[in-house]
Amino acid sequence: MKEANACGLHCTKINNISVNISGQEILKNVSIHVHCGQLTVIIGRNGAGKSTLLKAILGEVEHTGNIVFTDMKDNKTKKIKIGFVPQKINVERHMPTTVYDLFASCISDIPVFLRKDKKLYKEIKEQLGLFGAEELIDKSIGELSGGELQRVLLAMATKPIPNLLILDEPVSGIDENGTREFYKILQDLKSKYDMSIILVSHDFELTKQYADKVILLDKEVIKEGTPEQVFNSLEFKCRFGQI
Amino acid sequence: MDAIYAVLEFLLPFEFIDYTFMKNALLAILLITPIFAILGTMIVNNKMAFFSDALGHSALTGIAIGMLLGISNINISMIIFAVVFALLLNFIKNKTTYGADTIISVFSSIAIALGLAILAQTGSFNKYSSYLVGDILSITPSEILYLFITFIAVILFWYFMFNKLNVISINKTLAKSRGINTKLIDNIFVILIAVIVMISIRWIGILLINSLLILPAAASRNVAKSMRSYHLLSVIFSVFSGITGLILSYYWNIPTGPMIVIISGIIYFVTFVIGKLGTGSNFLNWEKRDRSPFKKITKRRYRSYD
Repeated sequence: MKEANACGLHCTKINNISVNISGQEILKNVSIHVHCGQLTVIIGRNGAGKSTLLKAILGEVEHTGNIVFTDMKDNKTKKIKIGFVPQKINVERHMPTTVYDLFASCISDIPVFLRKDKKLYKEIKEQLGLFGAEELIDKSIGELSGGELQRVLLAMATKPIPNLLILDEPVSGIDENGTREFYKILQDLKSKYDMSIILVSHDFELTKQYADKVILLDKEVIKEGTPEQVFNSLEFKCRFGQI
Repeated sequence: MDAIYAVLEFLLPFEFIDYTFMKNALLAILLITPIFAILGTMIVNNKMAFFSDALGHSALTGIAIGMLLGISNINISMIIFAVVFALLLNFIKNKTTYGADTIISVFSSIAIALGLAILAQTGSFNKYSSYLVGDILSITPSEILYLFITFIAVILFWYFMFNKLNVISINKTLAKSRGINTKLIDNIFVILIAVIVMISIRWIGILLINSLLILPAAASRNVAKSMRSYHLLSVIFSVFSGITGLILSYYWNIPTGPMIVIISGIIYFVTFVIGKLGTGSNFLNWEKRDRSPFKKITKRRYRSYD
């Protein structure tokens, strides 16, 4: 991973995203601005459209609206590189897919069923090492713990270094220490590499502590601002009660 | 073709190989079993066993509709119908949140019923009832050529697209974030399954074709620890049961298709037990251990870096 300079000069604008699935309005006119070096946290109830929003940003579900990535140094729009950490992946306990197989499938075209590529293997090991997951490389992905899997997915999402990192936090399977560790890693990433981060979170305590900006989503953006502004707002209390 | 026959006779100095139909069948099996084995790995990983089963059952419908439309080449009408059917199933599967197996079941039963009804009405069901069990001994050299072309197509697709297919199977959104055209690749995959199933259905039979796709990969999955061992073992199991099935069927006078499936079935249960015992999985995990029974095979291509 090469270090880039955090400059605050890149911004990603997500404009007017609306999603309709079989006549049902899932998202309505969602607009979000994220700047590099910022952690934007999206919160909301179950079914508020959080995961759908991420899928729309990644182009998996049909949507109206667009995503523009601008480099403000020369004011040019560029093709955005997005890294994505899914909430859960399709795994079973005894799966013939190792961490190497999954990682190599993502970043390379050398067929993983033929052979392990020596150079690629080293590269992946190094990248995993940055997240303390080096020794997991030959393990089956079905045997990883929730926290281990999350670190592996994060290592994958940040290779190559994306402009925008999108994370869908798992609801279960990770203990409190693991979650705290995860937020610390995100903190590191955003300050070290010029990265905008969008995180769908379920942990209000850690969100308060680490987020630069919080967005309360319920089909549309209900409230956005600093963690204090959002958590103290009437809109938030209406939906989650006092915390 | 004569040159290939000569090679077979030279390599296999046994009684059964004297017959041309046995040589043809052996060649066909050497082509069909590896492709079924490798396609099977992803079918099993994606839990598509029912999907490929439904596809096999649509063969009769393809023939029937082809007859109604006056298409003389039944291979073509079968393949076209299967491709359309596969794309339709795939489309519905992705659109609905409703259980995919129910939808597939609905479509597959309608397709079978329609096929049987039309064939019976036109009085040609008896002519095609042999498709139910299949007969590999009647394959001709020109048909082996078709198999060879499909063989190459599958190998090429697998070589260039497998990694993408693998990511899609793990998580679609993740694949999308990597710039993978998930829909296109998914559709090419089901089209390939449709084509290969239709091309080989006359030789394997509607009732047995799915077991050939599923059993070797499922058996391999019982013991495999990585994508490399998964593929290698699946191909070994598939080719082994194909060849032994053919030879045993010759000597024991049993239809070839069922014999192959019986052997694959036995392999499945053996690997199931080995997998459950746990010790067996280490025994087969040559990427972590040096003393592997497969050392000779794996030495060149599957070298270990540990």
